[in-house]
Amino acid sequence: MNSMISILIVDDEKVVRDSLSKWFREDGYQVGVAEDAAAALRQLQAKKWDIILLDIKMPGVDGMELQQRIKEIDPGATIIFITAHASVDTAVQALKSGAFDYVTKPVDPDYLSHLVSNAVKQRYLANENLKLREQITEISRADEIIGDSPQMQKVFELIKTVASTDTTVMIRGESGTGKELIARAIHSSSSRRYFPIVPVNCGAMPEGLLESELFGHERGAFTGAQYRRKGKIELADGGTLFLDEVGNIDMKTQMDLLRVIETKQFSRLGGNEVIKVDFRIICATNKDLERAVAEGTFREDLYYRLNVFSIFIPPLRERKGDIPMLANYFVKKYARTMGKHIHAVAPEAMDVLMRYDWPGNVRELENAIERAMVVGKEPAIRPEDLPFQLMEKRSMPASGSLAAMERAHIASILDQNNWNISRSAEILQIDRVTLYNKIEKYGLKKPQ
Amino acid sequence: MRQDSLLRIGKKVRDQFGVETAILRGTLNLSRAFDSSRRQWNSTVLLAELLHQHPFPESKTVAVVEVDLFIPVLTFVFGEAQLEGGAAVVSTARLSQQFYGLPPDDEQMLSRLEKEIVHELGHTFGLFHCRHFECVMRSSTYVEEIDLKRAELCARCRALLSSY
Repeated sequence: MNSMISILIVDDEKVVRDSLSKWFREDGYQVGVAEDAAAALRQLQAKKWDIILLDIKMPGVDGMELQQRIKEIDPGATIIFITAHASVDTAVQALKSGAFDYVTKPVDPDYLSHLVSNAVKQRYLANENLKLREQITEISRADEIIGDSPQMQKVFELIKTVASTDTTVMIRGESGTGKELIARAIHSSSSRRYFPIVPVNCGAMPEGLLESELFGHERGAFTGAQYRRKGKIELADGGTLFLDEVGNIDMKTQMDLLRVIETKQFSRLGGNEVIKVDFRIICATNKDLERAVAEGTFREDLYYRLNVFSIFIPPLRERKGDIPMLANYFVKKYARTMGKHIHAVAPEAMDVLMRYDWPGNVRELENAIERAMVVGKEPAIRPEDLPFQLMEKRSMPASGSLAAMERAHIASILDQNNWNISRSAEILQIDRVTLYNKIEKYGLKKPQ
Repeated sequence: MRQDSLLRIGKKVRDQFGVETAILRGTLNLSRAFDSSRRQWNSTVLLAELLHQHPFPESKTVAVVEVDLFIPVLTFVFGEAQLEGGAAVVSTARLSQQFYGLPPDDEQMLSRLEKEIVHELGHTFGLFHCRHFECVMRSSTYVEEIDLKRAELCARCRALLSSY
């Protein structure tokens, strides 16, 4: 293993060069020697060295000065200084200038062995870290947002503009337009991308629970709090906090959130310890926040804190040109995950997709394609595979009454979403209880 | 050093390297290797002296000395060998329990010496340090580490030796 690691010994004393190089060779390292700065620089230009042992006192260019030149050639070089004359000043100076460590001759063999082994480990970790960062960047790029329309090109421009800053972003758009995808795209293009993006669905939680979810709690903070729990804000330290459905936050939590945004510090529920955090906020809503402010249900100060840079995602019906690209993307995605050999949408099926208004936006389109992929046959999706064929029949109820229209619409949304109540309720913009009541009222039955 | 102890070490060397061994009493000029500021003996100088004498040019020679050895950059060494060469030198100074203020233990001392001789000879046969924690070629930078390993080469080092 050590044969992969190279060590360059730079010392004007031959006896030191010889004894160290022999000692390291026995450990299987590749060893090079240089008697002065010029020889060391020649060696460094000829090849990359993993670890450089550098004598501080040498005639001509000394070790400290040589280190600066080495860092210009190879900024990642691991340098260990060796000196015969220990002094606190030189040690501090050496470490401040970025050296890995500092040893005094003669060195305890055990100490030197551990020092070099630690330097090797650090180097290995640094390389691994670099590789992982490259992988993260690759993964982030792969998580694409699809759209060729001028409206989406504008969105991409805005993402690019705001990503590199630390500005708070408000993403607005109808349900299903992909607000979380946009938030992730901003995060993954920002300097915070090596830290997590922590999503919180503010609309899905009752008042007390959201507070605990955001701020965490200490053991015994309330009945049932048996263990200490970190909140999402704490988890987002260094990264991004994504507040989805931010318009649904209750007034009390709005106030607490405003305080943490302003001070970047908070305490867990039931605790006194002040926790400092560093995070960026991206929030999303499909609500009319300006109206909520006017009506007094959303704090004006919080609104201005959050609405610094706004990105509006147009609904799918306003950018129908994106439908073919999106549909084909989902076909490929589900063909891969389902192992099916369907690779296209037949032209007549694409016509159907283009004519529909997509109230549930991209999410509804994805669900429609997923369902079509389940029932469809090779080589392409046909109109009869698409769920809203049924809806089109139902959309013309014989009586024409409002109740009949509502019944038909609810039935079609339920069908499109495989009777997933939460998803259907979200698209219909009613709560789950109301949806259950309407299912009962209209005598709708889940197909067996 | 007792003759039976030396014979035991000779047998171990025979077993590990498959070579004939001989035990001789000789003299090395220690004065040239002495460093008065450190009160230690420079093992590299001693090794050069031994190679200069080179009593058996066709074979490998290990000198066992009682003095404390060093190489200039390190505080001490247990021994030093010429990599893929003809000679090695091993010190008993830091192998004894007395060096560490403990009661003498002849058997332990002999066991440590046996391992150090096989280790340094391994270097003369071209072997590097091994990561196997029981292999005699594992690097030992303090005496307790010598106690942890065995006096034998691991399978990997044995295979490397056969290709030597």
